[in-house]
Amino acid sequence: MAKITLSDLRHSYQPVPQGDDDWALKHMAMEWSDGGAYALLGPSGCGKTTLLNIISGLVRPTEGRVLFDGVDLTEVPTERRRIAQVFQFPVVYDTMSVRDNLAFPLRNRGLAGPEVDAKVSEIARMLDLEGMLSRRASGLTADGKQKISLGRGLVRSDVNVIMLDEPLTVIDPHLKSQLRSKLKELHQRIARTMIYVTHDQTEALTFADQVVVMHQGEVVQVGSPVDLFERPRHTFVGHFIGSPGMNILPCELSGGVARVDGHAVPVDNAPPGAIEGRVEIGVRPEFVALAEEGDGLPVTVVRTSDAGRHRIVEVRLGEHRMKLLAGEGVTVPSGEARVRFDPGHTRLYADGWLVE
Amino acid sequence: MSDKTQNQKGWLFVLPVVLLVAFNALIPLMAVVNYSVQETFGNNVFFFEGMKWFGQVLHSERFHAALLRQLLFTGIILVIEVPLGVIIALSMPRRGPGVSVCLVLMALPLLIPWNVVGAMWNIFALPDIGMLGKLVNGMGIHYNYTQQPIAAWATLIAMDVWHWTSLVVLLAYAGLRSIPDAYYQAARIDGASSWSVFRYIQLPKMRRVLTIAVLLRFMDSFNIYTEPFVLTGGGPGNSTTLLSIDLVKIALGQFDLGPAAAMSIIYFLIILSLSWLFYTVMTRGEDRG
Amino acid sequence: MVKRVGADTHIHETSVVLAEEGFNVLLGTTLSGKTTLMQLMAGLERPSAGRVWFRGADVTGVPVQKRNAAMVYQQFINYPNFTVYENIASPLRIARVPRAQLDERVKRVAAMLKLTPVLQRRPTELSGGQQQRTALARALVKDADLVLLDEPLANLDFKLREELRDELPAFFAGRRATVVLATSDPVEALLLGGHTATLHQGRITQFGPTADVYRRPADLTTAQVFSNPPINTAPVTKRGETIALGDGVSWEARGAVKSLPDRTYTVGIRPHHIGPSPTVRGAAIDGRVQIAELSGSESVIHFSHGSLDWVSQSQGVHDAAVGETARFYIDVDRCLYFDGDGKLIAS
Repeated sequence: MAKITLSDLRHSYQPVPQGDDDWALKHMAMEWSDGGAYALLGPSGCGKTTLLNIISGLVRPTEGRVLFDGVDLTEVPTERRRIAQVFQFPVVYDTMSVRDNLAFPLRNRGLAGPEVDAKVSEIARMLDLEGMLSRRASGLTADGKQKISLGRGLVRSDVNVIMLDEPLTVIDPHLKSQLRSKLKELHQRIARTMIYVTHDQTEALTFADQVVVMHQGEVVQVGSPVDLFERPRHTFVGHFIGSPGMNILPCELSGGVARVDGHAVPVDNAPPGAIEGRVEIGVRPEFVALAEEGDGLPVTVVRTSDAGRHRIVEVRLGEHRMKLLAGEGVTVPSGEARVRFDPGHTRLYADGWLVE
Repeated sequence: MSDKTQNQKGWLFVLPVVLLVAFNALIPLMAVVNYSVQETFGNNVFFFEGMKWFGQVLHSERFHAALLRQLLFTGIILVIEVPLGVIIALSMPRRGPGVSVCLVLMALPLLIPWNVVGAMWNIFALPDIGMLGKLVNGMGIHYNYTQQPIAAWATLIAMDVWHWTSLVVLLAYAGLRSIPDAYYQAARIDGASSWSVFRYIQLPKMRRVLTIAVLLRFMDSFNIYTEPFVLTGGGPGNSTTLLSIDLVKIALGQFDLGPAAAMSIIYFLIILSLSWLFYTVMTRGEDRG
Repeated sequence: MVKRVGADTHIHETSVVLAEEGFNVLLGTTLSGKTTLMQLMAGLERPSAGRVWFRGADVTGVPVQKRNAAMVYQQFINYPNFTVYENIASPLRIARVPRAQLDERVKRVAAMLKLTPVLQRRPTELSGGQQQRTALARALVKDADLVLLDEPLANLDFKLREELRDELPAFFAGRRATVVLATSDPVEALLLGGHTATLHQGRITQFGPTADVYRRPADLTTAQVFSNPPINTAPVTKRGETIALGDGVSWEARGAVKSLPDRTYTVGIRPHHIGPSPTVRGAAIDGRVQIAELSGSESVIHFSHGSLDWVSQSQGVHDAAVGETARFYIDVDRCLYFDGDGKLIAS
């Protein structure tokens, strides 16, 4: 178990990086504490896999240092960093049995027979693989093989960090939630640092205690799932997290009052003076509700989609579109309607960043 | 299983090839079968003799000797070329500018016409004026492939290894390239030694490709004619007279059509059954699907 | 209108009439027969028995090239050596559409799918979302009578999937084409609307307007297929006015449920009808919390009550300590009751 520190990290895959675009990872400095469940969340190409590979040692960063418990391991190769990694598709040794697969890392390190057997049984039980220990690894389904990949990392007691690179990619959709819950359960039991890379917010938000949201090589926000949901510090976070994402409406600020299309909207963080740059209001569909006559803003209902537990109502205010959620019992008018925003969750953003 | 929707036009595309194969292979094959069961005394008069030629060939000592030589040759070839090819493939770079250079180098021996290969080695290994011959003799070894059977065999094998190992290399390399990087990364994380990586990742993943390589080398080496003929002509004496060379001597040299035809058919059946045996044994353990 | 009667070991005897407007969603897990069914519709496979009709004509033996169908796959399939423009134009070139018309049609479809800026690039240079849009554009430009989409959004990033899903209905509005889309995500089926056929092990268990199939499933299998997280099921006994779950959990039988004969039934309760907040007329159930997944917008809590495992889904943040006992409330008005294997009443 170790505290991991990244200092002044930058990475480019080009031998001679020219402009900003050539850097896969722009300036990065972070600390990851012992035993935490982290998620690196972001769209494809945001640099999350690069960051993961730098921490695990499979990639040497162009600049900066990686420290484990204060010890500089930037030059140290993967084998000696005491990490485990699970890849997007299962990596198993086809010719060996499940038991031999799980025992492989321990045998390579010279552990004695009985010790190896004990560890393997323990991990197999944790992963519900007990009944399959004698079977050939190549005969298992995709989720079984991923569990073996994970198991090979768990058997080693000297592992500092377990990294998971989009591990549910090849898993059948109806088994995904099972395996996801299993990972969460595992973390609760073994209490080792786990870093989970994904583009899927459901996976990230349900697994992690702290989520690192990345966009174009930079960290945009780090916070608990609740934080990211309730108080996104950048409109990208607001848009990326939440399904549907946050509504972002351009507005004007005058005399401490924000106006969208001329209508006044109460916000949580109106500053005393004026704001530089492009001003927008961000409010999540969960905090937009249908209002009574005379209250709130006038809108036209464009479309209603049924999502089962609620309905997603798309409305139009002038040129702007936004979405709100209506519960199962609520009647949604067609045509003209009125909506109001929850003032505690409506905020101003300047050039994308939360006004604080 | 349901039928695919029928499209009859496909047969038209195949027709020219079918005709070609028929004329070039099927009809000559039928002619050979004909000769193998007939006897002639000239003037294009043929008598049906049944299995007489087959019996004669199968009992002839000359045939047994040639067959044994052939089996020895093929055995040695496989034992040398397959592991050597795999080792070379493993040493080739997987990325970067070196890749194209290596591939071209490996392809070169395969591009040379086979009789040129034989002629090259013929001169190369001559004890008095050939570079190799002079070198070996200069090291104190008395080497003359035109007179010593052992030297002839050594030269023959060296020539074949030089010529054909590249094929194994290219096939094995293709197999290796198809292994995703994640496997190597996982092996590093697991602390596996290079031997373990080879045994548990590379070899299993190369299995299909190696099966093809072994099969191809087996069939080709069993069929081999041009290179040894140009190199030694079957000599000294008949120490390097492999099956095909013997067959041609009988058929064209002595113009014994009957025995030659029978021997051809026996030859063909031997290759067929040994190939089938090889293939079954090597694919026996494979998983389905 | 498409009518289908197919039989195979992959698809058991099935008859269904698809709708001409809106989406026809085939919902089911992997290997439930969605792809086979679509291949039968396209003409890539022949049914072992039964016939396929399209707009009144029997097309069972007609090969796929003659059926004027278009198909989009889960893996973004494009011609790698053609530019996006050429990719979209390819079906029109095969049909020998004159150049001016071809150009106009390609540009119109590209604009609709937001591909105009990348028309001269190759698919390999594009993002996953753009590649799939290219494949979609190629299917749309053909103005086919039958458009088949086999889990087209499954390989896309979460957010891109959301965006494309939002736009999909607009692409097909105003076209006289039968659209069939296969998916394994129930929420996707719901959001796309139209009609849904739930598939399970090669059988269509129900077909109808999506909201109907969701809210009034014909049987337990349909309810289970159309549920993510999976629907909670438990045996209950009805005695007079009470419905009892066992272990002290029971509630009053109301409405149509009251008139049912006294027997044991299976109750199906969707996870979002169980929550940690007290509801009016909710039945209380205590359970030991096993896993709590908090995602900010919703909380999913797995708990055990007696020998059964339950899943609760609620909006907002409801923290629950793992291992502790907590109280949950069932919205009894929305329970579904099933007998041997037929559905009875919802509310």
